[in-house]
Amino acid sequence: MEKILEVKDLHVHFSTYGGIVQAVRGVSFHLYKGETLAIVGESGCGKSVTSNAIMKLIPSPPGRLVRGKIQFHDKQLTELSEKEMRSIRGVDISMIFQDPMTALNPTLTIGTQLMEGLKQHKKISSLEAREKALEMLELVGIPNPDERLKQYPHQFSGGMRQRIVIAIALICEPELLIADEPTTALDVTIQAQILELFEKIQRETGVSIILITHDLGVVAKVADRVAVMYAGKLIEEGDKREIFYHPQHPYTKGLLKSVPRLDATEAELTPIDGTPPDLFSPPKGCPFAPRCPMAMEVCLRKYPKTKSLTTTHKVDCWLQDKRAKKLLASSSRK
Amino acid sequence: MKPENKQVPNEWFRWTEKDVKAAEVVSRPSLSYWSDAWYRLIKNKLAMLGMFFLVIVVFLAIFGPIISPYEVTKMDQPNQFHPPSKDHWFGTDQHGRDVFTRTWYGARVSLFVGLMAALIDFCIGIIYGGIAGYKGGRVDNIMMRIVEVLYGIPYLLVVILLLVIMEPSLTTIIIALTVTGWVGMARIVRGQVLQIKNYEFVLASKSFGTNTSRIIRRNLIPNTMGPIIVQLTLTVPSAIFAEAFLSFLGLGIQSPYASWGTMASDSLGAILSGHWWTLFFPAFFISFTMFAFNVLGDGLQDALDPKLRK
Amino acid sequence: MLRYILKRFLTMIVTIWIIVTITFVLMISIPGSPLNEERGTSESVQRNLESYYNLDQPYHIQYILYLKSIVTLDFGPSIKQPNQTVNDLLGQGFPISFELGMVTILVALLSGVTLGIIAALKHNGFIDYMAMSVAVLGISIPNFVLSTLLIQQLAVNLNLLPPATWASPLHMVLPVAALATGPMAIIARLTRSTMLEVLTQDYIKMARAKGLSPWKIVIKHALKNALMPVITIIGTLLAGILTGTFVIEKIFAIPGMGRYFVESINQRDYPVIMGTTVFYSVFLVVMLFLVDIIYGLLDPRIKLHKKEGE
Ligand SMILES: Nc1ncnc2c1ncn2[C@@H]1O[C@H](COP(=O)(O)OP(=O)(O)OP(=O)(O)O)[C@@H](O)[C@H]1O
Ligand code: SF4
Ligand SMILES: [Mg+2]
Repeated sequence: MEKILEVKDLHVHFSTYGGIVQAVRGVSFHLYKGETLAIVGESGCGKSVTSNAIMKLIPSPPGRLVRGKIQFHDKQLTELSEKEMRSIRGVDISMIFQDPMTALNPTLTIGTQLMEGLKQHKKISSLEAREKALEMLELVGIPNPDERLKQYPHQFSGGMRQRIVIAIALICEPELLIADEPTTALDVTIQAQILELFEKIQRETGVSIILITHDLGVVAKVADRVAVMYAGKLIEEGDKREIFYHPQHPYTKGLLKSVPRLDATEAELTPIDGTPPDLFSPPKGCPFAPRCPMAMEVCLRKYPKTKSLTTTHKVDCWLQDKRAKKLLASSSRK
Repeated sequence: MKPENKQVPNEWFRWTEKDVKAAEVVSRPSLSYWSDAWYRLIKNKLAMLGMFFLVIVVFLAIFGPIISPYEVTKMDQPNQFHPPSKDHWFGTDQHGRDVFTRTWYGARVSLFVGLMAALIDFCIGIIYGGIAGYKGGRVDNIMMRIVEVLYGIPYLLVVILLLVIMEPSLTTIIIALTVTGWVGMARIVRGQVLQIKNYEFVLASKSFGTNTSRIIRRNLIPNTMGPIIVQLTLTVPSAIFAEAFLSFLGLGIQSPYASWGTMASDSLGAILSGHWWTLFFPAFFISFTMFAFNVLGDGLQDALDPKLRK
Repeated sequence: MLRYILKRFLTMIVTIWIIVTITFVLMISIPGSPLNEERGTSESVQRNLESYYNLDQPYHIQYILYLKSIVTLDFGPSIKQPNQTVNDLLGQGFPISFELGMVTILVALLSGVTLGIIAALKHNGFIDYMAMSVAVLGISIPNFVLSTLLIQQLAVNLNLLPPATWASPLHMVLPVAALATGPMAIIARLTRSTMLEVLTQDYIKMARAKGLSPWKIVIKHALKNALMPVITIIGTLLAGILTGTFVIEKIFAIPGMGRYFVESINQRDYPVIMGTTVFYSVFLVVMLFLVDIIYGLLDPRIKLHKKEGE
């Protein structure tokens, strides 16, 4: 399979009143053509920052991409100028935001908002742009697209707006779609419809999707592979079955406690006791240690190396060390 | 031993003690909303400057007239228009009165007008807006219709009208300024109360890993108190300003007593004849008090804005 | 939309009615009312007053007749200027005041919006700090002080501009500058903060994610949204400018309505004060109404905008 995106050792910092927030601290992952990668994790763990970094949309200041490589096909996005980046945004990589209520400009018609990306990037007549816009509205399932083009966002329901946002993101036929919690703000039935729409679109256009979500039900439904983030690190990664049936990291296990089965549909991640560490001065060891039922001395002292269990399954946890296995065998944790 | 194992010695592989673990929680002490806001406020240099300035003005308003050997209303015609000197730090005015004494006396009046106006607006606004927001429904609808109508009435024109009818005095000025002045506060309070009522909605929101008391502390209080405090900070200077404007129309504090406004407007002519100090001191302190309140208000707005937190 | 206009229209009518009623009540409750008790008013003035206010009638008839005269835009006689009615004074003075006010609001809008946008785009840069310092100073100096300083520096000391009257465009520079500074500062600050707010909105992020150029994003996506709140405060600013004309016209000896108004306050010419207040209030309320309608036409979400309160 062809890799279309490869992120290596990504670090993003924000300077704020209180000091420097190390929002993303060495995240690496990749994406194959036509697949859906889900990124999950608690609020504030750096999912949005990671996805914004791929688009180079980190607000700067206060944000800064400190280190890392982002390779899209053969382009190093980190090395591109803002202008070159602009010719990639919306054309090759598109993005969908969490709240469809705020993602559309309230004072412009949705027709304008649909077509402006197209007009920006493609030499295309207004008539053709309109044709394309109508086609997209049809694809995402908006009835009467002809009339709808002239309407303003407030004339649409939340679910409809999210469909429009998706149409906008897809109108230039991007290869990669980053969807940052596209269903979180919607109610459950609409969520299901939007997810079906994603599957349909992927079938029809072959777009690769990075899906950021809180919702393991969503992951179960649409993801091919799953990456789990915690406190700015990617702590476990694997294909969907590996993560759901053989989670290795205690944090992943904690997350899955409420949803033990892949066929569960609508389940929220249940909170794990405690709160994530402060990203102003992240611990030098494993950031999950204070909340981890299996924490060992070593976890507090040093961050574990990434261990590959299969070609797809990777985990950052000291429990993978032989000596930890010995410890486990000799004493059971209360 | 493998090199890897040298870096990570075997003895580290043992379970942690529970309390050791707790001690190792490296976490910034989670600041409460108020101390966080305070922290952000004191980081704002301009706002701190404003606060510092206000402290000085208040201090001098209290002690200025006390340390001065002159009386506020004591005329001394032969000593007319003395430039600032060792005896008269801010000079004397057209009646030979000591400008320093009058400036700090005027400060008392101006600040009192501003503070009282803000306080009364606040009380009425809290009650009215609170009832409207809390009751909701029809009551809210009617009360807000009334507010809408009152809001349309040009504020200063009404104040002028009232003071033309009632003889201007400290009390009547404050009354006039608050007769329609509370409307803005009432609107804000109502909006905030509605937000509090919505908080079940906040609780039901899907953000996982957040608990109830955290939401109340982190979202509710900041969201509700912030705008009210800011409005309060901005009412004071606008009342001081309004009083100065009224003074210019001859509807301010009446001679021989003084506010900054009356002093400044009485001295407008004097500047053309070169007696700059009679205008300069009151005008300077009005402007800088305005400045101070405004930057402090801005600073508070930033510090209390929940959107800017983190 | 039609319903919205109708609703606003009704609110406006009620507001005007309340203002008219207040003035009526104040008029008949003036202590030692000039309408009954004479302080050197001439016979003819007395007759005018009696016929305008129908003093021989019981209060409720007086009230109805008063309402009628207001509806027919008849604002009554003057006490101090025999043979002049408030309508005469308005006819002479108001066009000038109107011109002054309109030029001022235009200047304030253009300069304020420009300053605000530049400041927002150069957020936290040198220009931003400069513009905002000027803006804070602008709202900190009472306009009578500013006018006097402008006259003293630019007209008297440097002799650059004519110090007074309303004879040519050159004569307009100083009064308009003095009057526009405050509103300009308010507009600049508001534009800056709404612009900054808008720039953090998701739809701006979305526009960036589409690969639009920054310039296009500002013009097409940010500007209109950022200017909407500015439109809503134009009504309030007009009220401020209008009361400001009282000060400016007096200081610059401009023969507008404001100057007559200040004179009538000093002379306690009650009918003129009342008549002018009613006229100005009606004028402002109508302006407020128009501004709201324009806002409604520009904002496609008008049905929502009341609820959002942001
Ligand atoms: N503009 C910013 N300025 C300062 N800090 C920021 C900024 N944006 C993000 N951060 C910090 O980066 C960290 C990660 O934020 P991010 O938005 O990526 O979280 P997330 O995983 O997407 O959470 P959520 O599920 O709530 O969307 C947070 O701790 C946040 O405080
Ligand atoms: S490294 Fe240690 S603390 Fe971290 S998850 Fe693994 S066992 Fe728990
Ligand atoms: Mg996020």
